[in-house]
Amino acid sequence: METGRKAKIITKAVNLYYGERHALKDITMDIPERAVTAIIGPSGCGKSTLLRIFNRMNDLIPGVKINGEILLDNIPVYDKNADVVSLRKKVGMVFQKPNVFPMSIYDNIVIGPRHHGIKNKGELDKIAERSLTQVALWDELKDNLKNPGQALSPGQQQRLCIARALAVEPDVILMDESCSALDPESTMKIEELMLELIKEYTILIVTHNMEQALRVSDMAAFIMIDDEKVGRLVEFAPTAEVFSSPKDPRTEDYITGRFG
Amino acid sequence: MKLSPKTAQKIAKTLIWSAALFVLVVLVAIILYILIKGLPMINWGFLTAIPRDMGRSGGISSTIVGTAMVTAVAIVIAVPLGIGTAFYLAEYTKEGMITRIIRFSADSLAGIPSIVYGLFGYIFFVIYLKMGWSVLSGGLTLSFMILPTMIRTSEEAIITVPNAYREASFSLGGTKWQTIIKTVFPSALRGIANGIILSIGRCIAETAAVALTAGAVLRMPTSLLSPTRTMAYHFYLLATEGISMENAYGTAALLIILIFFINVVVNAGVNKFMSKGK
Repeated sequence: METGRKAKIITKAVNLYYGERHALKDITMDIPERAVTAIIGPSGCGKSTLLRIFNRMNDLIPGVKINGEILLDNIPVYDKNADVVSLRKKVGMVFQKPNVFPMSIYDNIVIGPRHHGIKNKGELDKIAERSLTQVALWDELKDNLKNPGQALSPGQQQRLCIARALAVEPDVILMDESCSALDPESTMKIEELMLELIKEYTILIVTHNMEQALRVSDMAAFIMIDDEKVGRLVEFAPTAEVFSSPKDPRTEDYITGRFG
Repeated sequence: MKLSPKTAQKIAKTLIWSAALFVLVVLVAIILYILIKGLPMINWGFLTAIPRDMGRSGGISSTIVGTAMVTAVAIVIAVPLGIGTAFYLAEYTKEGMITRIIRFSADSLAGIPSIVYGLFGYIFFVIYLKMGWSVLSGGLTLSFMILPTMIRTSEEAIITVPNAYREASFSLGGTKWQTIIKTVFPSALRGIANGIILSIGRCIAETAAVALTAGAVLRMPTSLLSPTRTMAYHFYLLATEGISMENAYGTAALLIILIFFINVVVNAGVNKFMSKGK
C-alpha cells in the first residue's frame, strides 16, 4: 500500500450489471483504513454505483447483479450468508441531499441505535451527545434536541445526517457527493469534519469537485466509461500523485479539463 | 377578434373566482339552512331519549349509538385491512398482474353505488351467514364499502413518502419492517388519517347500505347482533314517511356537527402525534 496503511476494503475484479447493462467492469482496489478515498470521474461513469456496492444499497434496485470479490476486514460482503443489516451497521452512508427524517433532532440520531435494539434512555442520550459532539453540533443544539430536524439549515442538516450515521458506530462512512447541495461555508465545515473523522474512520467519498478531492482525500480513484460505455477504474493512487503526475492520459484530460 | 393577454387574464380570474364563490355560497347555504332548521331541535333530551312513536317524539339516542357502533365495526375492520393492503401494494411487491388486479378491483369497487353493497350485505351477511339485521351485518357491509377508499388513499400517502427516507433508514441498518414502521408510516400518517376521516364520514352518512343490513329498529342496540337504525337512515325515514320534519332536521344538523367534530378530533390527534417528532 502506498499510504502504508492496512487495507480496510479489498475489491477483486468486481463487475456490476443493471439487468443486461454492464455498468462497472473489473474494479480492483485496496481501500486503506483511516484515510479518505475519493472516487472521481465524469457524470454517469458509475461512481455512486461503486460506492453503493460497499453497503449493498444496490440490493434495493431490482435486476442488479454483482460478481467478483469484495472484502471488508477480510470478510466477504456479498457472501450468501452475509448479514446485510450488520454490514450496514459497519458501513454508514451520507447521501447527496440531507435526508433528515421528519422527526426531532434527537429521534433522528437515535433511530439507528433503536433499530439495533438499544432502548435504554440513558444510553441513547449518551449516543446522541457523542454523535452530535463528533459533528460539532452539540453546543449549538443541546438545548433544542426536541426541535424538528428539518428546521435546521441545510449545512446543519447534513451534519445531523453524519451524526445519525455515526450513532450506529460504523467503521466506514460512504459519502455520496455529500457537499454538492451545500454552500461553500457548510462544505468547508464538512471537509474539516472529514479530516477529523479519519483518525477513527475509513471514509469513501464520491465528488465532482476536484478541489475537494485534492483537499480532503489521501487516495483517488478515477473512473470513466470505456468505448462500450462500461465504467472502468482508470487510475487508483495517492491523490497527490493522481493530480500531479497522472499515469493515464484520460485522467490528465479529465483533471485538467476540470481545473481548466 | 383576439383578446389581449391582460384581458384574458382578467376574464379567467373572474371566472375562477366566481366558480369558487358559487361553490362556497351553495355549501354555506345548505349547511346554514340545516343548522337553522335543526339546531333548535337539539337539546339534552333529544340526544339522550329513545325515539318514541316512530320518531315523532322522544329523542334519537338509539340511532346515535347505532351509528357509532356500525361505524366502529366498519373502521376497525377496514382500516387495518386497507392500510395493510396499501403497504403490500406500495412496498412489498413489484408491479405485476396481482397488483393490477388489486388496484383495478379497488377502483371498480369505489365506484359501485352503495345500495349494491347493501344488497350484497343483505344476501351474504344477513341471510347466508344468518347474522340477521344487526350492527355486525351493517358494519361488515360498510367496511367493504370503504375498503377501496382506505386502500387508495393510504397507498397514495405511502407512495408520496420520499425515497430518501427509505434509503436513509436502510443505510442505518434498518430492516424493511423497521423502515416501514418507524420511517414510512409516520411520514404517511397524515394522508392515511385523511383516508380514515373520509371513511368515517361515509359510514356515518350512509343510508342505503345500512338500511338493508342493520335494520330499522329504534330500540337501543345492546350487542353486535342487535338490529339498529342509523342516524342517516332515521333521518331519511322521518322525512320521506312524513313522520316529523322537525326531528329530521335535528338529526341532519347533528350529523353535520358530528362529521365536523370527527374531522377536528382526528386532525388534532394526528397533529399531536406528528408534533411529538416535529
